[in-house]
Amino acid sequence: MLHVSPGIRGTDLPGLHVGLQATTLPARKVRARSALASDRSPVKRSRVGALSSLREARRGAGRTSTRLRGSPAPPPSYPARCSRELQFSESVLSPSRSPAMLCASGRLLAARAETSLFAPPGGRGPALRFPRRELHFPGQLNPPLWDSLTGRLTRHNASPHRRVILKWGRMQPAVGRGLAGSELRLRKSRCGSRAARSVGRDGAIQATARSPKPPRRSSRRFEEVGRQALLALVTLLSFATRFHRLDQPPHVCWDETHFGKMGSYYINRTFFFDVHPPLGKMLIGLAGYLSGYDGTFLFQKPGDKYEHHSYMGMRGFCAFLGSWLVPFAYLIVLDLSKSLPAALLTAALLIFDTGCLTLSQYILLDPILMFFIMAAMLSMVKYNSYANRPFSAPWWFWLILTGISLTGALGVKFVGLFIILQVGLNTIADLWHLFGDLSLSLVTVGKHLMARILCLIVLPLVLYMAIFAVHIMVLNKSGPGDGFFSSAFQARLSGNNLHNASIPEHLAYGSVITVKNLRMAIGYLHSHRHLYPEGFGARQQQVTTYLHKDYNNLWIIKKYNIDSDPLDPSFPVEFVRHGDIIRLEHKETARNLHSHYHEAPLTRKHYQVTGYGINGTGDSNDFWRIEVVNRKFGNRIKVLRSRIRLIHLVTGCVLGSSGKILPKWGWEQLEVTCTPYLKQTLNSIWNVEDHINPKLPNISLDVLQPTFPEILLESHMVMIWGNNGLKPKDNDFTSKPWHWPINYQGLRFSGANDTDFRVYLLGNPVIWWLNLVSIALYLISRSIIAIAMQRGAQLSTKVEELTRVLLQGGGQVLLGWMLHYFPFFLMGRILYFHHYFPAMLFSSMLTGILWDTLLRLFAGGLASSSLAKSVHATGILILILGTAYSFYLFHPLAYGMVGPLAQDPKSPMAGLRWLESWEF
Amino acid sequence: MLGFLKRPIVVTAEVNLNMVSLTVASLLSRLWCLSYPRAVVFDEVYYGPFISFYMNRVFFLDDSGPPLGHMLLALGGYLGGFDGNFLWNRIGAEYTKNVPVWALRLLPALAGALSVPMGYQIVSELRFSHCAAIGAALLLLIENALITQSRLMQLESLLIFFNFLAVLSYLKFFNVQKHSPFSPRWWFWLMLTGVACACAVGTRYMGIFTYLLVLCVAAIHAWHLIGDQTLSNVRVLCHVFARAVALVVLPAVLYLLCFYVHLTLLYRSGPHDRIMSSAFQASLEGGLARITQGQPLEVAFGSQVTLKNVFGKPLPCWLHSHQNTYPIIYENGRGSSHQQQVTCYPFKDINNWWVIKDPERHQLVVSNPPKPVRHGDVVQLVHGMTTRFLNTHDVAAPLSLHAQEVSCYVDYNISMPAQNLWRLDIVNRQSDRDTWKTILSTVRFVHLNTSAVLKLSGAHLPEWGFRQLEVVGEKLSRGQHESMAWNVEEHHYRTSQEQRGQELELHTPMKANFSLNLSFMARFLELQWRMLTLQSEEAEHRYSSTPLDWVTLDSNIPYWLNPRSSAQIHLLGNLVIWASASMATATYVLLFLWYLLRRQRDIHDLPEDVWQRWVLAGALCGGGWAVNYLPFFLMEKTLFLYHYLPALAFQLLLLPLVLQHTWDHLCRTQVQRGVFSALVVTWYSAACHVSNMLRPLTYGDRPLSPGELLALHWRDSWDILIQKP
Repeated sequence: MLHVSPGIRGTDLPGLHVGLQATTLPARKVRARSALASDRSPVKRSRVGALSSLREARRGAGRTSTRLRGSPAPPPSYPARCSRELQFSESVLSPSRSPAMLCASGRLLAARAETSLFAPPGGRGPALRFPRRELHFPGQLNPPLWDSLTGRLTRHNASPHRRVILKWGRMQPAVGRGLAGSELRLRKSRCGSRAARSVGRDGAIQATARSPKPPRRSSRRFEEVGRQALLALVTLLSFATRFHRLDQPPHVCWDETHFGKMGSYYINRTFFFDVHPPLGKMLIGLAGYLSGYDGTFLFQKPGDKYEHHSYMGMRGFCAFLGSWLVPFAYLIVLDLSKSLPAALLTAALLIFDTGCLTLSQYILLDPILMFFIMAAMLSMVKYNSYANRPFSAPWWFWLILTGISLTGALGVKFVGLFIILQVGLNTIADLWHLFGDLSLSLVTVGKHLMARILCLIVLPLVLYMAIFAVHIMVLNKSGPGDGFFSSAFQARLSGNNLHNASIPEHLAYGSVITVKNLRMAIGYLHSHRHLYPEGFGARQQQVTTYLHKDYNNLWIIKKYNIDSDPLDPSFPVEFVRHGDIIRLEHKETARNLHSHYHEAPLTRKHYQVTGYGINGTGDSNDFWRIEVVNRKFGNRIKVLRSRIRLIHLVTGCVLGSSGKILPKWGWEQLEVTCTPYLKQTLNSIWNVEDHINPKLPNISLDVLQPTFPEILLESHMVMIWGNNGLKPKDNDFTSKPWHWPINYQGLRFSGANDTDFRVYLLGNPVIWWLNLVSIALYLISRSIIAIAMQRGAQLSTKVEELTRVLLQGGGQVLLGWMLHYFPFFLMGRILYFHHYFPAMLFSSMLTGILWDTLLRLFAGGLASSSLAKSVHATGILILILGTAYSFYLFHPLAYGMVGPLAQDPKSPMAGLRWLESWEF
Repeated sequence: MLGFLKRPIVVTAEVNLNMVSLTVASLLSRLWCLSYPRAVVFDEVYYGPFISFYMNRVFFLDDSGPPLGHMLLALGGYLGGFDGNFLWNRIGAEYTKNVPVWALRLLPALAGALSVPMGYQIVSELRFSHCAAIGAALLLLIENALITQSRLMQLESLLIFFNFLAVLSYLKFFNVQKHSPFSPRWWFWLMLTGVACACAVGTRYMGIFTYLLVLCVAAIHAWHLIGDQTLSNVRVLCHVFARAVALVVLPAVLYLLCFYVHLTLLYRSGPHDRIMSSAFQASLEGGLARITQGQPLEVAFGSQVTLKNVFGKPLPCWLHSHQNTYPIIYENGRGSSHQQQVTCYPFKDINNWWVIKDPERHQLVVSNPPKPVRHGDVVQLVHGMTTRFLNTHDVAAPLSLHAQEVSCYVDYNISMPAQNLWRLDIVNRQSDRDTWKTILSTVRFVHLNTSAVLKLSGAHLPEWGFRQLEVVGEKLSRGQHESMAWNVEEHHYRTSQEQRGQELELHTPMKANFSLNLSFMARFLELQWRMLTLQSEEAEHRYSSTPLDWVTLDSNIPYWLNPRSSAQIHLLGNLVIWASASMATATYVLLFLWYLLRRQRDIHDLPEDVWQRWVLAGALCGGGWAVNYLPFFLMEKTLFLYHYLPALAFQLLLLPLVLQHTWDHLCRTQVQRGVFSALVVTWYSAACHVSNMLRPLTYGDRPLSPGELLALHWRDSWDILIQKP
């Protein structure tokens, strides 16, 4: 509720922001309420926009000094492309659908047999958790048994019917240990299944040849310990890099000005408006609260010193979540590729990426968002890997965790929809295969379906609503966000003048009212003693809409033909009814709401609306018919609840607001027009908010309070509106999605000059360009493999294993990259470089999988196995060391640098400005 | 030698009377009374001016679609001998004698008429029965909205025609493929597919979706071909290559060709070329070319130039200055430097002239020989009329507060030194020592002291700045943006030192030898880019509608009204057909899902070949509907009911297929079949009846009384124009 009196208005707020633009009204402009914003944040005469106004600040985002972020709009879902991709990969890849089914089931049997044979007697040994089979399973393969298996298999080759084999496959557990349960299915040979993937006959034998001695249990335990140690090392490194110099710089950086401030709002429990769902900011607020931050720091603009305020709790929380990205990626890749080197490479890429590092170190939503995205991905991969033991405890655990993480992702930003889409596609494909598995009864399939609906739809929805419930309960004080919401919504907020107010329920003649547009952020019908200037229709008094409360918003309802004072106690109370013909008199200036055949000032096809007449006496162009939307004629009109339209009697047009901002002469308020198009849009529907009539009994507004679903719906409408409103200006340079993967330009987090402490968000170019090359390489190798398979090329078993990792594991990750990247091309809102980072995580995972697999394929072609191993190891090592060295070069970007800019040869970054467009 | 004489010469003609009668009927329905009404009907007022432009060879720019459709309309005018002299200013205006209305409306009408037999062919090529094929054609024949739209100078019927042609020729090609690949027929249909796709895209951007659909189906079929191991690798390669050439390369080439013809035809300068770049304008006859002809190519120190902003949004404009200064105190109380205003002015003016000065020399004339300005040189810009220097300093600009003010320096002796040195940065340079060329070079001016870049901010100055556009120094310039780029448009070598002579110089063009030839690709790329990025003002229209209104036919468009007789033409569909077509689509989707689920459980309800046909029919007809309809939900432009017609045409093809499928596979007993056929006959008669009732609104040939009109006002949401007596 920023209301600035003419005195204060002499500040240079960047123009054009009606929402919060201060307005001088020469008439008695009374401060309806003490302006929250003005006592919290005195608007300074500076180049930085008014802090309290989010919209304002967002619009000014072109300035680097106030570089304010926004996040992507909720993605429109484009299932067509994705599902096509999915179908494609399935029809091509899935053995269960191809004629090569038999050999696939052969592998399956082998795998099945192996599971039953080699798992330790105890059942779920630790080996199951880190299933990298090439290392420790094949060695134990017992050739005679294998032969007997293949023998059986060949017998079944004679019978082409799939059901027979599967039945046989189902019987096996009874013979074996029953570890896999009766649900062993063909499907497992698809994604993420260790069992079917890892062992083929040739591979097994080769592996046997490679490791002549079967590894003992102790060595396996040793391996296990090593594996845990590696994970610990990766995690440790990640935490160390993220927490190093976390307190630097001790001033507000970039968007901390928003999210820190919003965290403070939670601590102070004041209501605000933001374009993102509340979870991220709630968590930041919670972290601040727990770490002893008292919510008193103003977070006015980037560069403000924190001084004695405790900010490390909030930064630490974000860095903590950001640090988990690396181990998550490590585990995902490990699970998808079953290859330690691939996982290590991925982890190295992420640890040594300056961009991920920078983004994790500040009070931002991105680390929180990425944490939930990766958590969702990890738990999805994990639950896929338990596909052979459905309904077991870990299966449920990971499934539920997937659901929870999805809620988290969506609760932080609408970008979370992309990972929901990915999980959704994966689940649909999964269910489709289950459904096609004839060995499962429909009841079992139904159970699978129900489990997923429960965990992936119902649970997240409930949690999501719970987040909003908390958000709404916590924020119960009136604050800077009120004006964006409807009258009924505002009645909940203590401190708002609608809170606990009581007003007459039905409209009567003589009532003094304010009329609010139903469209978000249009405001109240308003007029003031200023005329339309020359050249804009008739020179009569302006009628506008205004977002803030003001005496100039008050109107008196009068009968069209009677001019006497309706408040005269001698007249009986007469209610206004649907279909009545009325006049609206502006209370302050005693002019009537008027329209005529003149062009509206901005919207040429609409008619002008003015204030006309002297002391309430005008002409027939002042008559309006009042109608309630979707109600019968003759009904009374309710405050707040009735949605009314005002139809001009003479021209037949409807009173509305075009939502366009008037120029300076109109005080940058919004245009009001009379539209000849009778379509019902929210712009032309109004409701009555304040209502004063001494003759009528007051009722408490509390009965009109919206229900929770209504609040939820309204909050989302406002958020979507806010996101759509973040449009870039024509003449400004904006970041384009195609800039991102090539690391074209970064974002200044802090400082610009050589004396400043400069932090620059930019990806480590070595890593990013490697990722870029990897995507191209992946696409090429993938098409080669797909065509070769379609042409019926015979691959050796080992190669086939590798290609399967490439196609399925890589495919999952590639899908993630595409889903988190391509939708941005379709978004009209303003975009920033940091929107690419979720996609960047996926692309790094793809790089890890791709290079490991390609090196293996390449090394597999070499004669001696020891040479092959060393080639592979050397390749991976070179990549890891290369990235580490590049991190050494570029680390000042993330940890901050002071001193000459990179053009200067004395700068530590001299010679590293490889692109002209980088600004450090 | 004369062996052929031994046998009689026999000509066996196979005439499909179904086809012939359908064609005749549809020609009758579309061409009957074609030149009535002799008045501008609805969107003719939009397309008409373009026809006139073609007739007069005047360049224009239309962002609604590529030029092929416009050119076809103009072809009608050319054949009818239209001279282009008609003022297309309002709907309902009577055509003058010189407008060949019949010829202008002929091509769309023919395209609309031929769509009917093509619908028949498509259904037969999908291997459905003749009954179904006739059904589809009859539906297309009697659909009122299709008739109305085909009879006017509008592009939808052309788009439907090309869409159908693309699908039909692909089907023909696909059916030939089975027995005789690489035969002449095979090549013919394959090529025709490519041509039709190119034409569809060339008529309307929407055509691209049908093109993509055909491309997808072709890709899937080609993928099966790759999997066919009876074919040799070379053979497969040939197949793939042939398809790539015909379906990718050929359409691209034809699309370019259509622009080539467009640009060749329109060689004169006209009202729309203001938004094009200087180079483009100079390539048109008349207009800018007349001025720039013969001016020196290389800008030298001492040159007089006008500088045009390359971005040109919100308006194309030139760097400008005038005597007036910035107000000392702005309205909001902030101060300015009070120096001379520098703005961007959208009209030609003598105040747009600047002199490029060498900071080291004191002369303002070109030396002999001229010393060209190169990339990286430091220059001063002197305003021609006031001889003040272009300057920027650390004062906030009037409207864009984060940027620096740009002014022409006035020395007030208040410790505010002149900062008037600019480094020239040629954006599109070939080498680092490139010279600055008139029109061709895009340059940026980087301020030496503050490294701010001269930029058009896009804001309009208030009254004190005469509503001209604000020019600022962008200090923290992020990346390259066209609003920071400028090019020299008019250029003189300055020879006279005095003020008086200088003014004379500005008024008398100088002669030198330099002509400008822009390559076709450069012109095409610029035109295409401008067409895609042109933001037409968000036009609210009384009869616009949303995609959701279309399926249920909630809205119509009154096209034309005879104010005397109340005869009127409406774009109004046949309710029965629209409703049943939507129902058929829904039925298809449900049945398809049902079969698909059953197949996944290994229950095959349909024989394999029937299933294949069912899927292909759905992919082409149902898919055709989806790709021509669903994208509208994502579009932000003003939409009208006629945008739905291409989708509807595909939907009408799907309807008889679903009916036949029901008859073949879902009606088991004779009784069911009897009942079903009775229902179909009833339904079709109802459709015909409705069509006949709406006929007066389709052709507008009959005066209608208010009572009759009221009788046709079936839905509240329809706009039927009833005049009050």
